[in-house]
Amino acid sequence: MSPSVPLQEMIRAIRSARTQCEERGVIQRECAAIRAQFRQADNGGRSHNLAKLLYVHMLGYPAHFGQMECVRMIASPRYSEKRVGYLGAMMLLDEKQDASLLITNSIKNDLSHSNQYVQSLALCTLACMGSAEMCRDLAPEIDRLLRASNSYIKKKAALCAVHIVRKVHELGELFVPAARSLLSEKNHGVLHGAVVLIIELCEQNPETLERFRKTVPDLVQIMKGLVLSGYSPEHDVAGISDPFLQVRILRLLRILGRNNEGASDSMNDLLAQVATNTDSTKTVGNAVLYETVLTVLDIKSESGLRVLAVNILGRFLLNNDRNIRYIAMTSLQKIVGTDHNAVQRHRGTIVDCLKDQDASVKRRALELSLALVSASNIRSMMKELLLFLSSCPPELRAHAASGIFNAAERYAPSQRWHIDTMLHVLITAGGDVRDETVPNLIQLITNASELHCYTVHKLYRALLLDISQQSLVQVACWCIGEYGDLLLKGDCQETEPVQVTEDDALDALETVLQSHMSSPATRGFALTATMKLSTRITDNVDRIRSIVSIYGSCIDVELQQRAVEYNALFRKYDHMRAAVLERMPVIEKNSPGHTNGESTGEAVKDVPTAKMKQGEPLLLQQPANQVHRSDHPPGPAVDCLVSGLSVHAAGTAGGDLLDLLGGFEPAELSPVLAYDKGGVTLTLSCEKQSDTGLTVTLTASNSSDSDLSSFTLQAAVPKSVQLHMKAPSGDSLPARGTAKVTQMVVLNNPNKVNLKMRVRVSYTRQGSPFQDTVQIDSFPGLDSQL
Amino acid sequence: MMRFLLLFSRQGKLRLQKWFTPMSEREKKKIIRDMTTMVLARQPRSCNFLHWKDLKVIYKRYASLYFCLAIENQENELIALEVIHRYVELLDKYFGNVCELDIIFNFEKAYFILDEFLIGGEIQETSKQMVNRSIEASDMLQETMEEYMSKPAF
Repeated sequence: MSPSVPLQEMIRAIRSARTQCEERGVIQRECAAIRAQFRQADNGGRSHNLAKLLYVHMLGYPAHFGQMECVRMIASPRYSEKRVGYLGAMMLLDEKQDASLLITNSIKNDLSHSNQYVQSLALCTLACMGSAEMCRDLAPEIDRLLRASNSYIKKKAALCAVHIVRKVHELGELFVPAARSLLSEKNHGVLHGAVVLIIELCEQNPETLERFRKTVPDLVQIMKGLVLSGYSPEHDVAGISDPFLQVRILRLLRILGRNNEGASDSMNDLLAQVATNTDSTKTVGNAVLYETVLTVLDIKSESGLRVLAVNILGRFLLNNDRNIRYIAMTSLQKIVGTDHNAVQRHRGTIVDCLKDQDASVKRRALELSLALVSASNIRSMMKELLLFLSSCPPELRAHAASGIFNAAERYAPSQRWHIDTMLHVLITAGGDVRDETVPNLIQLITNASELHCYTVHKLYRALLLDISQQSLVQVACWCIGEYGDLLLKGDCQETEPVQVTEDDALDALETVLQSHMSSPATRGFALTATMKLSTRITDNVDRIRSIVSIYGSCIDVELQQRAVEYNALFRKYDHMRAAVLERMPVIEKNSPGHTNGESTGEAVKDVPTAKMKQGEPLLLQQPANQVHRSDHPPGPAVDCLVSGLSVHAAGTAGGDLLDLLGGFEPAELSPVLAYDKGGVTLTLSCEKQSDTGLTVTLTASNSSDSDLSSFTLQAAVPKSVQLHMKAPSGDSLPARGTAKVTQMVVLNNPNKVNLKMRVRVSYTRQGSPFQDTVQIDSFPGLDSQL
Repeated sequence: MMRFLLLFSRQGKLRLQKWFTPMSEREKKKIIRDMTTMVLARQPRSCNFLHWKDLKVIYKRYASLYFCLAIENQENELIALEVIHRYVELLDKYFGNVCELDIIFNFEKAYFILDEFLIGGEIQETSKQMVNRSIEASDMLQETMEEYMSKPAF
């Protein structure tokens, strides 16, 4: 039989193949030859064939037909064949293959072979791919080798034991005594293996950990020997004596010293010594220092040592090597919660790392910076963070934006600063912010009433520059609609005055409406803002009417419905328009009891001023809400108060408010005076119906000299409370208290929140309308918790 | 514990693969693909550490070869860099000014050297000289045994 092509020739042939197809051809030919060779009896070239097969396997081609050959080769008496056979076993056989069981016997035999290199082959293979059964079978052998053999075999046996313990936890007990005795060896390889084995045993079993705590003094001795010894040529790496062993011992000390005062105390001196003596010019030294720092921070070390450790990390931050900076930041991130002040000292360096070129370093620096923001450094930190946001890679933008928002919300020094910051973020990264940002910002703006003029001017200018950032455009439209009068007035102390005409404002809104960049939600905002402007401007109302009527036939159903309703507002209810579109009240902050009404989209169409796309809690409805109800069927049942107010309203009569007729029930408990102004008094009394239900009766009377007509009461309660207003007894309050008006309100408080109610009183006195609001915080006859 | 060690060229061709945990062929192929794409896409002067799933991947480029080592999360990355460097030094001592071609044509020797340095995902010998001596001794054993056992019958 002609000898097959030697390995190197085959490799050359494969490499010279110019196309994938050619390569496959060569490989197929070779594999066929190899298969033929395998089937033949023993010949001298077996190891070459298997080696060729392994090469082919590395290129990614199937080689499973070589598994049995591996088994045969391992059993061969020749060392060269054993070597390749074991290599093949490690590459082709793993515990999932059936053939792996067949080599157990060979391994067992080879473990007691006279030649240590054969033994080492068996140990290596067992540690690489030994299955649980094989491990159980061979564990006693390994234990024997751990005790009585030369150091070459002992070190391999130790790591084999590690593999066995990882595979079969129960066998850990078997190796504890041997591991203990190995610590007194001098050979570094054996020591290293012993330390790894002890680490594995301690991590698996807490009782074993207790037993090994007694070895801390021995370990400290060994470390001291390594650190303080002179130059040792065998183990020296750039001036550090056996850094691998040092790192391992430090790791074991960490595990033993964790949560244990005694052990930690005995290590303190050593750790301080290592931290100060280790040369940190090369990576090796830094590796040892890094491990030392991790150990110090994890055990119960004294504070001086901790400060030393954090300072080392601070030094790492200034290192030229990017790797060192990266790991310094990962470590600082882990301790920023516990040693916050220590980390704060290095804030400047961390903030500088935001400008690093490397993406991983930038990410770490961002997380660390966000964790370091506090009330005292908010202004300077925010400047840096905003600068970072404008130049940061896109995958970090969303994280940075939300981090900035959180920080701004917690530590904002002033409202104006807060609004400025949020606007800046929206302008820079509006596309990456979360959806709740828009209602949050709107709520913030309404709360800062003295800044309305400034805000609307700023937003208007931002809108002129760029209408692609949806969140920014939405907030801007809302503000222009709401505070359009302030915008048109022109003068504002905080910014330079700029003359904005009504046409300019309407142009801006129309651009948003017509632009293809605007999302449907944004266009909804713009349309409503346009509508709101109709009451805030004087000359261009017709222009608004035409815009609104155009969108009455828009394809988008939401816009169309809005436009149709606004049209109706113009045509049939023009006298209502001012009241409907007036300035919104201050929106109260979201509290846990409030829910964001998602489906308010539908019901809210009826109330143009309620811009709750993502749910702002509305505590008070606009008065003419009930009027619309008569023309349009009520929206779907919503948590929002719209349904609570109008569900029982009766049909309309002309342009007047609804005729609210109905009976009333006498109050059960002693009434309490809730409101008394201008001769109008309002008393309320409560009756508890159930564990969560309550009926409140409001009684109004008029002690003034003039009759009151169109008397209405509206009520609002916290979001989780359900409100049901029954029809009132009447709507006119004659003078001098000759008749009263009563109205029943049924409340249901399933979440048992603190019950509060806001009541709006409105009536007409001698032709002029009047409105007032009163808040009722306590209900008579009720405990504080309903 | 180290999970796997991969050597691949700048074009993404695999030159050596050592797996320290059992994995199916499909998983291995997928990991090799992922690693090569991730590492080859890195900028020249960036950090040598990557995060991949729950492992840390340390990579270093030596001439035309990328050495890619995956370690568990609690391991020390800097010492892993040293492990890679130590392996390169061992190869260099053995082959004399090692280059990629040496590893291609003598891949089984590269594996033998690795098996004298690492076992089961851990370092077994921290002394360079010891590892070199063991390799030389094993090679001697192979040659003498071969000469003794299999005289080619020409």
